[in-house]
Amino acid sequence: MYISRSIEILVGLFVAVGFVALFFLSMQVSNLSSINGDSGYNIKGHFSNIGSLKVRAPVSMAGVNIGRVTAIEFDTQSFEAIVTMTIESQYNGLPSDSSASILTAGLLGEQYVGLEAGGEDESLKEGSKLELTQSALVLEQIIGQFLFSSGSKEEN
Amino acid sequence: MMDLLQRLGVTSLSMLERLGRGSVFFLNILLSIPSVLVRPRLLFAQMYSVGVLSFSLIVISGLFVGMVLALQGFYTLSDFGAEGMLGVMVAASLVRELGPVVAALLFAGRAGSALTAEIGLMKATEQLSGMEMMAVDPVARIIAPRFLAGLLSMPLLATLFSAIGVLGGYFIGVGLLGIDEGGYWSQMQAKIDFSEDILNGLIKSVVFGLVVTWIAVFEGYDAIPTSEGVSRATTQTVVHSAFAVLLLDFILTALMFGDN
Repeated sequence: MYISRSIEILVGLFVAVGFVALFFLSMQVSNLSSINGDSGYNIKGHFSNIGSLKVRAPVSMAGVNIGRVTAIEFDTQSFEAIVTMTIESQYNGLPSDSSASILTAGLLGEQYVGLEAGGEDESLKEGSKLELTQSALVLEQIIGQFLFSSGSKEEN
Repeated sequence: MMDLLQRLGVTSLSMLERLGRGSVFFLNILLSIPSVLVRPRLLFAQMYSVGVLSFSLIVISGLFVGMVLALQGFYTLSDFGAEGMLGVMVAASLVRELGPVVAALLFAGRAGSALTAEIGLMKATEQLSGMEMMAVDPVARIIAPRFLAGLLSMPLLATLFSAIGVLGGYFIGVGLLGIDEGGYWSQMQAKIDFSEDILNGLIKSVVFGLVVTWIAVFEGYDAIPTSEGVSRATTQTVVHSAFAVLLLDFILTALMFGDN
């Protein structure tokens, strides 16, 4: 069977275009370009309620993404959730008394961890524990409290 | 009544027999793949007829599927004021489901049926037995290069389908419906995970490519060597491939994305 050179070139082109498409999908469509290895340090925070926070949710400070949630565990002693966050190593000067709160992006958006800088000179290191944490707002509880308080006002 | 039972038995026995023959055939193909790698020119010729000739069909279908997704998604999402999520919706549905599945269905119709017809006709005109007479193994010479070409082309075509679809969604979403361009891409990048979505979609397309090409070459090889038999085999390739792809898609989706 004789195979002309142009067929080989076309097949080569086809394979090349296929790989360009894969490259496009991984770089432009997926998050591959924003993952830079495992370079970073882990910090932990204990929350009494994490709402619907998921692993891989962003960790942000002043609105800038500085890391990701890498693990969520349940502490059987204190009955709290332990959230492990990996902070990119370029942000290594965060004060050790920074506080973490679980916030929601928009009204229906995903939950993420927002860090608030403290005033301590010491900075957070691998394995540090965040002392000040604020749980996720659970909508049902807020509505419940609102109804309860408006009900007690009418009684007075 | 007895007649019906008898026919039921005959049909199921012959189905089992075909399944057995197909599996043995599959093993035979796998065993003769090394002989193809020694002569890559056979593979190139088949990559051309299986892959390159399906190229335009895949590109055009991918473009229109992406455009329709964007148009339909926009009307639903704008009810919730979530037009910014359009990119995520288009990309997720293409990369996870529509890319591999629709590309596999088109591939079965375009390349699978051609493979069956070609091999079936070779059998009907006794070219395959002629090869055997000359001590040339038809599985190694004819079947294995076609099988390997289909297996390699399908993931490329499915990836291309998804990529073109995302671009089609971009043209409609950003160009026509006026969604913010930065939001289209950045929301997509934030939500689409490389290993979770893109690699799983790629695995799906490899599995579909394997199954569709296997069905196509087996139907051709196993066809009744008459013109009617070849035409039946060609029809069965498309029908069986469509069933197999949709069934496997359900199973793979349940395995891959079932836990979240």
